[in-house]
Amino acid sequence: MNQQTLTLAAAVTALGLLAGGAQARDQIRIVGSSTVFPFSTAVAEAFGRSSDFKTPVVESTGSGGGLKLFCAGLGTGHPDITNASRRIKSSEVENCAKNGVTEITEVKVGYDGIVIGNAAAGEPVALGLKQVFMALAKQVPIDGELVDNPYVTWRQIDPSLPGAKIEVLGPPPTSGTRDAFVELAMEKGAKAFPMLKAMAKADKKTFKAVAHTIREDGHFIEAGENDNLIVQKLEKNPAAFGIFGFSFLDQNADRIQGASIDGVAPEFEDIAEGRYPVSRSLYFYVKKAHADTIPGIREFVAEFTSDKAWGPDGYLADKGLIPLPDAERAGVARDARGLADLSM
Amino acid sequence: MTETTAPSRPAPRAKRSGRLARRYAAERRFRAYGIAAIALSITFLLLLFGSILNQAWSALQQTRIGLDIHFDAALLDPDGTRDPAILAKADYGALVKKAWRERFPEVRKRRDKRALRRLLSVGAPYELAAMASADPGLIGTTQRVWLTASDDVDMWLKGKLAEGGGKRAKIGAKALGWLTMLRDEGRLERQFNSAFFTAGDSREPELAGVWGAVAGSFFTLVVCLGLAFPFGVMTAVYLQEFAPRNRWTDLIEVNTNNLAAVPSIVFGLLGLAVLLNFAGLPRSAPLVGGIVLALMTLPTIIIAGRAALQAVPPSIREAALGVGASEMQVVLHHVLPLAMPGILTGTILGAARALGETAPLLMIGMVAFIVDIPADFTDPATALPVQIYLWADAPERAFAERTAAAILVLLGFLVCMNLAAVMLRRAFEQRW
Repeated sequence: MNQQTLTLAAAVTALGLLAGGAQARDQIRIVGSSTVFPFSTAVAEAFGRSSDFKTPVVESTGSGGGLKLFCAGLGTGHPDITNASRRIKSSEVENCAKNGVTEITEVKVGYDGIVIGNAAAGEPVALGLKQVFMALAKQVPIDGELVDNPYVTWRQIDPSLPGAKIEVLGPPPTSGTRDAFVELAMEKGAKAFPMLKAMAKADKKTFKAVAHTIREDGHFIEAGENDNLIVQKLEKNPAAFGIFGFSFLDQNADRIQGASIDGVAPEFEDIAEGRYPVSRSLYFYVKKAHADTIPGIREFVAEFTSDKAWGPDGYLADKGLIPLPDAERAGVARDARGLADLSM
Repeated sequence: MTETTAPSRPAPRAKRSGRLARRYAAERRFRAYGIAAIALSITFLLLLFGSILNQAWSALQQTRIGLDIHFDAALLDPDGTRDPAILAKADYGALVKKAWRERFPEVRKRRDKRALRRLLSVGAPYELAAMASADPGLIGTTQRVWLTASDDVDMWLKGKLAEGGGKRAKIGAKALGWLTMLRDEGRLERQFNSAFFTAGDSREPELAGVWGAVAGSFFTLVVCLGLAFPFGVMTAVYLQEFAPRNRWTDLIEVNTNNLAAVPSIVFGLLGLAVLLNFAGLPRSAPLVGGIVLALMTLPTIIIAGRAALQAVPPSIREAALGVGASEMQVVLHHVLPLAMPGILTGTILGAARALGETAPLLMIGMVAFIVDIPADFTDPATALPVQIYLWADAPERAFAERTAAAILVLLGFLVCMNLAAVMLRRAFEQRW
């Protein structure tokens, strides 16, 4: 018994050493943002089905983690493509260059809207970014002074809003959705106050601290990374609001509704044309040096940038991706297929 | 208690019986607490199982649509060669389109045609391709083929899609009409969802299966146990039976105990730094996952093994030595077999923890979308808990029931492992 297991262990270790030698990779490896993950995987699957190449392996590591892996070096041990729900930072480009990753192609794939919504059974609401800030910030300016957020019900903020207690379910600080929400909604909302606007010019650091800090007195509830959970909780409590990605609104339109923000509802077309204020761009980055060593990279990029994938009627739109406008899409597709270099 | 402290004068009879009654009452209460604790845990267990089962059972069925497909020879195999390469590449989507056109000739607008086609899964043409490749005799015939319906149709038939949603409704008014017609004709059926048990992951819920994750978990666990069990048992035997008691063995003991309490993500970081970056092992491979989990399981096995060895009565060792057995014979023939049930229990506990682990796998790239089913220890693979985590995060509604079903598969895997352990234990059990 013991001898057998020992032999097995030896065999396994030997196998490991065998595999350890530098081997050619015939499968594309993708890492990065969990927001782009559902789209990237859909393309990977379609690509694997329709081509003779193996289905790429897609990991969900977060935008920052993905770029770190991507920039760690060249060669089969490093990923070929990374997804990001924000643009690559110049510090990351420098880090890449330090490790020999100098030629990067940037592909902007579309937009993702961040929705503030409630149960379909609740009443539809029209919010402004200023009101969102007033409802959720830890400190708000009242009579020219920053005080701890005193608002308890929506009506206290604006008479047109419901009388219910402010109760917003949202993602925790580790989430990319939270980052984007804070940057796109809270910051813009804060700038609606002249006092904070002046502060943004004079003292950027303090302004960011004010605009990015969400209240912790029980009116904002961290509901975990899982947007499905938020949707379920909203359904149970029609008075509560939630913050989640557009694809969850898209998939659950019979259960939840999105609040309009500054008069624009979170509709597909409005996000696509940039009218809806809380939306961000999604990207992926390709390591150009790998295009000739790993088979299928060019073909994968071509699949991602084909209209049947990312077009307005493509399968990614079915998954909730909001496509780029036609002209921009054509331009990005041309650059992507030619593996044009990144320009910051 | 009071008897010992009170003066030895006997207490009056009435007082004594009152005390006795109190003691009996305390005894009964103590037992009642125990029963209440068990009842409470069983209630929670049933509640948990109930809610998972309630969500999972519908994943066992998948809606299929029966279409009359004409396997057109002119379209699939114009030269009549029946060459598998040509058959695999043919345009099966066109067959589906044609079948829809024949069933619903009144649908003419491009938009409506698209909506009609969306009733079926994007995997439907591939199902036809697999059929034709498996049985080329089908070509030229017309068959009623049951094709996988899209997840929205599936959810609708299972009653999980509430009416409404306005213009963003998952199934529009027209599609609802077509589906009702198909249902009345008996062309819409819920059939056993075999794909769930045989397929790898997919972004389409109706095509997604758990087999890739099961295979990944299996390979990972084989590596994990293959490494942790022999090393763990050898360590335990040496430390318990042979090692002298000195500062070094004390240090090793303290460290094993500490290691058992290290958060699992730390082992993942170790795997990333040593196994991937230094040793150059492939990312996302069950081999690496198994080694990392083996490091995590090792302390559990060592500690359980030492406890089991310690429980073997010294008389057994002395008797064996007395009849002239060597020290190695004492251990291999007598002590180890007697300790084996305890060691196996520890191993199963460790393996069960390893089976449910996702955090260390994140660092070594096993939290990934992998469609192909792993065939060996170095193929990219994921594991069951990772699959559950990924599906729980997916926006498509139909993944909810599949998540619950995958949890049941994971529980089934655990029950199988426990059964194996119980059986092994029976085989080793010896009484003295």
